Amino acid sequence: MGLLSSSVSIVQYRVEGKLEKPVIETVARCLKKNVIPDVDEDIADRTVGWTSFDKPFNPDFDGSSFLIGTYFVFSLRIDKKTVPTSLIRKHCAMETVKRLAATGRKYLSRDEKSMIREQVTSVLTLRIPATPNVYDLIWNYEESSLWFFSTLKSANEELETLFFRSFQLPLIRLFPYTTADLAMGLSDTQRDNLVKLTATDFTE
Amino acid sequence: MLDAAISYNRYKFLGYEYLTWLWFVIEKDQDRIRGLGQEPADLEIGNRIVLENKKRDAVESITIKGDDAGLEEGVLALRKGGVVTELNLSYRAADQDWRFTVKAESLHMAGLKCPKTGPVESEEDMEGAVLEKVYLCEKAVQLTHDLFKEFIRLRVSEDWDKKVVPLMRQWMRS
Repeated sequence: MGLLSSSVSIVQYRVEGKLEKPVIETVARCLKKNVIPDVDEDIADRTVGWTSFDKPFNPDFDGSSFLIGTYFVFSLRIDKKTVPTSLIRKHCAMETVKRLAATGRKYLSRDEKSMIREQVTSVLTLRIPATPNVYDLIWNYEESSLWFFSTLKSANEELETLFFRSFQLPLIRLFPYTTADLAMGLSDTQRDNLVKLTATDFTE
Repeated sequence: MLDAAISYNRYKFLGYEYLTWLWFVIEKDQDRIRGLGQEPADLEIGNRIVLENKKRDAVESITIKGDDAGLEEGVLALRKGGVVTELNLSYRAADQDWRFTVKAESLHMAGLKCPKTGPVESEEDMEGAVLEKVYLCEKAVQLTHDLFKEFIRLRVSEDWDKKVVPLMRQWMRS
């Protein structure tokens, strides 16, 4: 679900630390360095990288195209190639028949079968185009906050890893404890009390 | 700061208690909600509540859905020790409506529907559309931020056990 969808889901993060100045140039450089590579001509079954919010299939981070108002707006793209198991099975069976006919044998060893499966998977992975998944984000640099427009666990994990690799800034997911501890302006005494809390029993 | 995975699990109950408190406040203390923002706003329970009740090793899940669904079953589940794990909310301010679901464990906002905005017909429209959408999302995010702040300040104070919990128990039994 993208930022401009009629229904959105938001996971909130706090960004720890600041970037080297000039900030816009640093962001552009880090985005370009980790832009989504083209996986279609590759045997890799999966790639992850940044892409432009407005041109997700033709990323361009030149100038300040990712700056909208005071926000950095760009997207995480995860391209994945999924070869259907039935297709692998079919091509393995065809290759096995070919190999048996060529050698005149009745059976193939376990290693040979496994090698055929690997080769078939590699060939099919190269032939099959990757399916792209695009997840938008908005980074309010001044407020050190970031909204990620997906609640998908795997996408959030990829975001946290790629963001740190790209900008060297850790993302802290804001769930109840971290929100209370970091974003609510509690005093030291209140934060001490927070750590000591245990669940309330409403049935007593 | 505590390790994220540890604090996520150890303090999961804060999310459950927050949504339970929020339901109570919506039903019994609307003035508290009106006192939060700059403009008059109405917050109501939306069309879905999910509760969980852990009994020994088994987890019982209760879902109440529908625009005019009665919430008595939910209150009964609370009385038996259930906790609110998801709450759909309907927020109205300045003649505009927002709908969204808050997940207790993570505080994720899911299915956020903001007031309608104009269509994006050209590249030039994009920037304005993004800023408008962020502004509208921010309204709902700010509301949940203010509500959670109100909750957590109460939760770490002596008032929680002395005043709030007795009132919530009374509400659950009524």
